[in-house]
Amino acid sequence: MTIPARSPTQPGAAGPSRAPTGGGRRRARAWTSALPQLVALGLVFAACRLASPQFFDVRLQDGRLFGSLVDVFYRGAPVALLSIGMCVVVAARGIDLSVGTIMAIAGAVAATLVNGGLAWPLCVLAALGVGVACGLWNGVLVSVLRIQPIVATLILMVAGRGLAQLVTGGQIVTFDDRGLIGISAGTVLGLPLPVAITAAVLLGALLLLRGTALGMFLEATGANARASHYAGVDTRLVTVSTYVASGLCAAVAGLIAAGDIRGADANNAGLWLELNAILAVVVGGGSLLGGRFSLTRSVLGALIIQAMGTGILLSGFQPEFNLIVEAVVVMAVLLAQSPPAARLANFLRPRRTA
Amino acid sequence: MNARLLPLTATLVIFAAAYALCILQFPAFGTTRVMGNLLTDNAFLGIAAVGMTFVIVSGGIDLSVGAVIAFVGVFLAVGIGRLGIPPALAFALALLVASLFGAAMGAVIHVFEIPPFIVTLAGMFLARGASSVITTESVPIDAPLYARLNDVVVMLPGKGRLTLVAMVMLAVFAAASLVAHRTRFGRNVYAIGGNRTSAELMGIPVGTTTVLIYAFSGLCAGIAGIVFSLYTSAGYSLAAVGVELDTIAAVVIGGTLLTGGSGFVMGTFVGVLIQGMIQTYITFDGTLSSWWTKIVIGLLLFGFILLQRGLLALGGRGQARTAH
Repeated sequence: MTIPARSPTQPGAAGPSRAPTGGGRRRARAWTSALPQLVALGLVFAACRLASPQFFDVRLQDGRLFGSLVDVFYRGAPVALLSIGMCVVVAARGIDLSVGTIMAIAGAVAATLVNGGLAWPLCVLAALGVGVACGLWNGVLVSVLRIQPIVATLILMVAGRGLAQLVTGGQIVTFDDRGLIGISAGTVLGLPLPVAITAAVLLGALLLLRGTALGMFLEATGANARASHYAGVDTRLVTVSTYVASGLCAAVAGLIAAGDIRGADANNAGLWLELNAILAVVVGGGSLLGGRFSLTRSVLGALIIQAMGTGILLSGFQPEFNLIVEAVVVMAVLLAQSPPAARLANFLRPRRTA
Repeated sequence: MNARLLPLTATLVIFAAAYALCILQFPAFGTTRVMGNLLTDNAFLGIAAVGMTFVIVSGGIDLSVGAVIAFVGVFLAVGIGRLGIPPALAFALALLVASLFGAAMGAVIHVFEIPPFIVTLAGMFLARGASSVITTESVPIDAPLYARLNDVVVMLPGKGRLTLVAMVMLAVFAAASLVAHRTRFGRNVYAIGGNRTSAELMGIPVGTTTVLIYAFSGLCAGIAGIVFSLYTSAGYSLAAVGVELDTIAAVVIGGTLLTGGSGFVMGTFVGVLIQGMIQTYITFDGTLSSWWTKIVIGLLLFGFILLQRGLLALGGRGQARTAH
């Protein structure tokens, strides 16, 4: 990892031991700041429990945990992964609409290569490489050519599905390679492997961004790119890196999705998931205007969205209600976060007479 | 002024050259029959793209148009087929609902200062969800009026057919051109897209205009929905998936600046025709697969955005750069 700082006054940013003053208090604040999301997740879980009394039942079978609750985590893993990448992109004031398409491309590449006789670890590496390449393309469009992020990533979103179909030859490529299937079906200590992967990615990203100054560079770039540039932050490199991270997360999610259906579906893999990832970041309290992000809360947001979907299914409603519920939730969160709402809250706050 | 016309000129040149190549390879491209079909097949896309042009010129984006088209289709199919609402009344209701939906999104965007793309994204979910909740089946429409409207055709010389939906599209383009370039509302849209703050300082009613812009986009999506339901004679909640992206691509290929403030409604018309031409070419060729459409449109989109960036860089060299 290169250090995205030009200024010589920045000390070794990669040193993970730069404990901020009052680290304990900060950690406590981080904990309470996730409280709304945790409460929301708890409420959704409680609603699920009402809909289905067996919701919290978890049983161990063949060394793997089963149950609705486990299923929420398992099904939520791809979106949670996407939301980690999206969170980083949004923090630097970008947006990545192409993650669903990158999932499809990564799955298509892995499935086609494994059917061509390549060993599965190499296929995984190739898929991840494709994800990085896609991210690099987006990043270059945004930071070097200075195209607005929505539009820059729109190009890959539109053309990428075509590319994925080109790779698969327009067919759903199925495979029965145990290694690739294992990415989705495998277990670690009884946990489904996708959940473990997501947890590992989250932990790694937290260490990288919060343990080092990288997270600060990210927030600085998102809050005010020009000021950060003058302050010596290599905003261009930061921006490109965010899209590469997002592409990489999307490729991992694509591998999980492909392993899940034991095939690569260029048309439907990851369809609409870019929207779910954006919703997860918004529900997680990240500002779409950049400069503020929380990886943990974004992942919680992804879980909330997944749990809502599962809850709607469990309570016997049509799955179509899911879209409406998601739309209403995201609008409510956005309205609550909007500048006028903040001004209103400020106006209503009891003030001390000086 | 010259730089402003350049993207449009590039679009026209590319369209003319590509069309000439198509004719060279497949002489049938030159017949009025293919041209008529080109207009008919892309009528709903064109009408939706008109609304999108206004939105993009004002510096915004509307991701809900595809979902609104599907919603209107389902609304009409269920309203006319199952509830027995007279088609004319159903059309009026559909247009009203679509316009109000757009106006509501515009109001949220302006009052709550939330980025347009996320508001219209939520709108897209809402409209898609609402149409899926009404029905997930594909509902056929067999009202006599539909058959009669679909029979309205102007024969062109050379067996070409100018259908009613194609004429509706041409009329919408003509009307929108007048609105964009000859009315106060049109000028306000360009002013807001050019520089919102100065527009506000000049006393332009930014709020009202924003609401009107999105209401207009909703109205266009509503008309596109009616045209789409005439074209397919059915309503389906998953119809027109991805049309929002096709319309954005048509607007950009048509030479409208994505940063807002500059563009032409008629450019969008050419953008739509270019997309339709690519599809027709792929159908004619027979060996190319449909996914090449997506790849070529993606490449075109990329090329035009690059062209725009180049023009902006040239134009901005003389003056103090405000953005970035």
